[in-house]
Amino acid sequence: MQDLSFITNWIHNALSSVMPAWLTVTVECVLIGVVLLLVYSLLALFYILYERKICAWFQCRLGPNRVGPWGLLQSVADMFKILIKELIHLNHIDRFLFALAPYLVIVASVLTFAVLPWGNGLQIIDFNIGIFFLIAVSSIGVLGILLAGWSSNNKFTLIGSLRSGAQMVSYELSIGLSVLTMVCLAGTMSVGGIVQEQSDMWFIFKGHVPAIIAFVIYMIAGTAETNRGPFDLPEAESELTAGYHTEYSGIHFGFFYLAEYLNLFVVSGVASLLFFGGWMPFHIPGWESFNHIMDFIPSTIWFLGKAFVLSFVIIWFKWTFPRLRIDQLLALEWKYLLPINLFNLVLMVLIITFGWHF
Amino acid sequence: MANITEKIAKNFPEATVEEGAITMITIADAKWHDLAKSLRDEENMDYLVTIVGMDWPDALGCVYYLMSSATGEMLAVTVKATDREKPMLHSVADLWKVGCLLEREVYDFFGIIFIGNPDMRRLFLNIDWVGYPLRKDYDMNPELNPISTENERTSDVTYTYVEKADGSVEKKEVEVFTPEDFVVNIGPQHPATHGVLRFRTAVDGETINKIDVYMGYIHRGVEKLCESLTYPQTLHYMDRLDYFSAHNYHHGLCMLFEKAAGIEISRRAQVIRVMMDELSRIASHCLFIGTFCMDLGATTMLFYTLRVREQILDIMEKTCGARMTFNYDCIGGVMQDLAPDFVQDVKALLEVLPANIKEYNKVFTGNIIARNRMEGIGHISREDAISYGVTGPSGRASGWACDIRKLRPYSIYPELDFQEVLATEGDVMARFKVRMREMEESAKILAQLVDNIPDGEYCVKVPKLLKIPAGRWFEMVEGCRGAFGVYLESDGSTKPYRLKIVPPCLPLAGAVDHMTRGQKIADLIAIGGSLDYIIPDMDR
Amino acid sequence: MPYEAFKDNEYIESLVKQLQESGTNVVVGSLDKLINWGRSNSIWPLTFATSCCGIEFVSLGAARFDMARFGWEVARASPRQADFMMVAGTIVNRMVPVFRRLYDQLAEPKYVIACGSCAISGGPFRRSYHVAKGIEDIVPVDVFVPGCPPRPEAMIYGIMQLSRKIKVERFFGGVNRQESQKEFLKAHPVEGVED
Repeated sequence: MQDLSFITNWIHNALSSVMPAWLTVTVECVLIGVVLLLVYSLLALFYILYERKICAWFQCRLGPNRVGPWGLLQSVADMFKILIKELIHLNHIDRFLFALAPYLVIVASVLTFAVLPWGNGLQIIDFNIGIFFLIAVSSIGVLGILLAGWSSNNKFTLIGSLRSGAQMVSYELSIGLSVLTMVCLAGTMSVGGIVQEQSDMWFIFKGHVPAIIAFVIYMIAGTAETNRGPFDLPEAESELTAGYHTEYSGIHFGFFYLAEYLNLFVVSGVASLLFFGGWMPFHIPGWESFNHIMDFIPSTIWFLGKAFVLSFVIIWFKWTFPRLRIDQLLALEWKYLLPINLFNLVLMVLIITFGWHF
Repeated sequence: MANITEKIAKNFPEATVEEGAITMITIADAKWHDLAKSLRDEENMDYLVTIVGMDWPDALGCVYYLMSSATGEMLAVTVKATDREKPMLHSVADLWKVGCLLEREVYDFFGIIFIGNPDMRRLFLNIDWVGYPLRKDYDMNPELNPISTENERTSDVTYTYVEKADGSVEKKEVEVFTPEDFVVNIGPQHPATHGVLRFRTAVDGETINKIDVYMGYIHRGVEKLCESLTYPQTLHYMDRLDYFSAHNYHHGLCMLFEKAAGIEISRRAQVIRVMMDELSRIASHCLFIGTFCMDLGATTMLFYTLRVREQILDIMEKTCGARMTFNYDCIGGVMQDLAPDFVQDVKALLEVLPANIKEYNKVFTGNIIARNRMEGIGHISREDAISYGVTGPSGRASGWACDIRKLRPYSIYPELDFQEVLATEGDVMARFKVRMREMEESAKILAQLVDNIPDGEYCVKVPKLLKIPAGRWFEMVEGCRGAFGVYLESDGSTKPYRLKIVPPCLPLAGAVDHMTRGQKIADLIAIGGSLDYIIPDMDR
Repeated sequence: MPYEAFKDNEYIESLVKQLQESGTNVVVGSLDKLINWGRSNSIWPLTFATSCCGIEFVSLGAARFDMARFGWEVARASPRQADFMMVAGTIVNRMVPVFRRLYDQLAEPKYVIACGSCAISGGPFRRSYHVAKGIEDIVPVDVFVPGCPPRPEAMIYGIMQLSRKIKVERFFGGVNRQESQKEFLKAHPVEGVED
């Protein structure tokens, strides 16, 4: 497996040879920030097009194909448009919170990028509570949604944001518990550690039954976390026009729009980290030559590929299922997912204790 | 029918009875409520089809059309108001729940006040509208009612007129919403109201307490326009009411004119008309399934169902020359002959339809989320469906056999072998399934006819300026969304004196409040979708 | 679609000429081009339909005509996020305030397509007591698409014309349609709105 950390090390050495340590750190931070934003916006543009194309194929259509080759530039055009679209100033709203909300949402999803395993040695920080940090920051997003709905002074947005609040708080629990199950198996909360643990075999195979249960629950809860169909109640188009972001225009709306897609990426990225080895290639114990061939595929491609495939599954959900009702949504979490999850956690602990996993 | 007239002659000696295709009773306002009660309870006339407001040269008044839900027998009652300045009639809203809405419509158009109606507000026009547009002396001057960009005034108060013991009538205020109600305004611009309907919804959290329906955001005054047009000219408005049942509505109005003018049409024309009706029924139900699923969040279904609809539109386009506003049925038959490959196209459609219906069921109906969203939601009982006048697939889902094709057979329907699809649950799921199965029944009718289109002329010669002798006619057909009726009063000229269109969608909107009480906001969308109302049809 | 295939090029050409008369800076000009490229290729409709034409608009989104090819399929239900409104159907007196409000709620740059004869002139309902005789008196209209209802192909053509119109606009100063829009709005103020 090629270690990509030589790039980062090279940059670090080159920088520290010409400037003092504090400046090196500052410059590196700025560099990382720029790269992060670049990756962030490119991923968002890619995801918007990805979803529109997939959705079109599900619906026997062609999807965007006129702007640029195969419609590749469609979302770029959308970005230019939305950047210069008017920001409407509303009266009778809480201006500060109204303006703050989209940034909170976007910050929550940018922060999670810090701990995702982008590739072998391409992690921004790898500290011992990485996955815990990820769960913590990703729940800041709900705050932004609640604020957006409340500060807009609009009944639709209020209902949308309250729905979102109830939904996020509930499903955070499922995400947390299914992550906990996998952390038990890994024995570490560090993202790098989790990936290394899967070097012989991905967790979904290693942990067999409880891992698969945890994966299914994680995918359901993750879809709910990202406010996507069939759990898109906060912005249920046919019920609440545009839900909590009804009153937002221009780039502020663009932030919500981007954050939705980036959260989709984050959720599928975390799923690939916990269940499919992050950037770790597909290894089968004993098949040395096969594993060796797999190692030739760059680790970044492994990670992104897994994330895209899992996102495809979530997009597939959205374009297949009808929407749940709010009471059914909460019943699903509290009556089914939570008990199953708790049982699953106990099962996982038993399996680890008795060494029944692979 | 004979015993009804006898009974009426015995119990209400002052009423005059006029025999005809539909027996017409004339009675004074004072006795009308008693007669209505006895007709409903004793003669089982439990379905109030419509109230036709009329501005006769001598007085304002109403013609009530009643139907027995079991036998399909119809009866008409004429009641005249004495005073033209402040016309008043007694309300029958307590006997038939649909009466409330229909009386509001008459009040809006003619200014007739109904004593005892709990909600005497304007229905289609703004509360500050000057004049009553369907009166013959209505001043059309646009300066009286200018187009204004000023926000419409909404009032939380409605009025009711109560008769006191001494005969005087008192106006009373009734609150629609109290200041404590959290009122959410859904519509007129809302993705799920299927057009421009407006619900003022009082909610408690996610639970709906009360809905006040506002209509008229697409009220185009078709009935008034018809009065200034010749008979063939009035036909083209039928395309633009319920644009999915364009053929059915045309069929109904043409049938009425042909009956009134004594025109016999050829069998070929009749077969073509029925085939077009059934094709548009399939197309309409296809779109229903699509939009309904989209309302529930399953957007992809819309694209699947629209494929079949496009195929049907192709068939129609080849023959009629348009995709939506066909203007195909005309007095005396149909406009053009069938396209050469009509038979072949219909056969191709019939081949793919079963597989498509199967696919819809596979993708949507069997889905656990869809079933949870639909089962047991928006229940309406058979009695309520009749009382609210909920006809069509929605009424049949409650167990009311209200298919006009069976109840009052017209055209060649008696010869055809098809079943009236009934369900008993009366919930959203039942309404959805009834429509699914109706598509199969329509396909069955098409299969019977497609090889048996007789030769002959497609349109008989009819004078360009058709004159209809003085008199009254009423005709009903089964549209895609329910019983569509037309009332014609002619004064012997080339233009109708009054043409009243009885839309199936208006009562559907009246029943929304009843169905949604205590349900969730999301259910309102599901219920509205399952009723499948078309707003331009409701508003006319 | 090739340039010659469009039918009314004179109008667009006159617009271009008008713009070129005042001359332009190279940097600003190319920035303008970039912005207009983005704007003209990403026009999101508002889900707004009152009658028959709305159903044809649904067909426009469906598999056969597929407006997604051009990137128009992101129909926003909230006017704040949409770029143009396709006035599909009759606008009646009671709808006028709502309609005008929707237009005012659209974020700049906003465009209006009058779709179908009802929106253009009142169509078959022109003589009615309760129908606005064309939406031109209520909001400024960019493109008219005749038909009753227009075929989806005509709607595609109409939106493409709008897209061409946007391409010759100018973001940085100069004469453009924003000015005429402002004049229009000054001449047709909204009555009785507080804020």
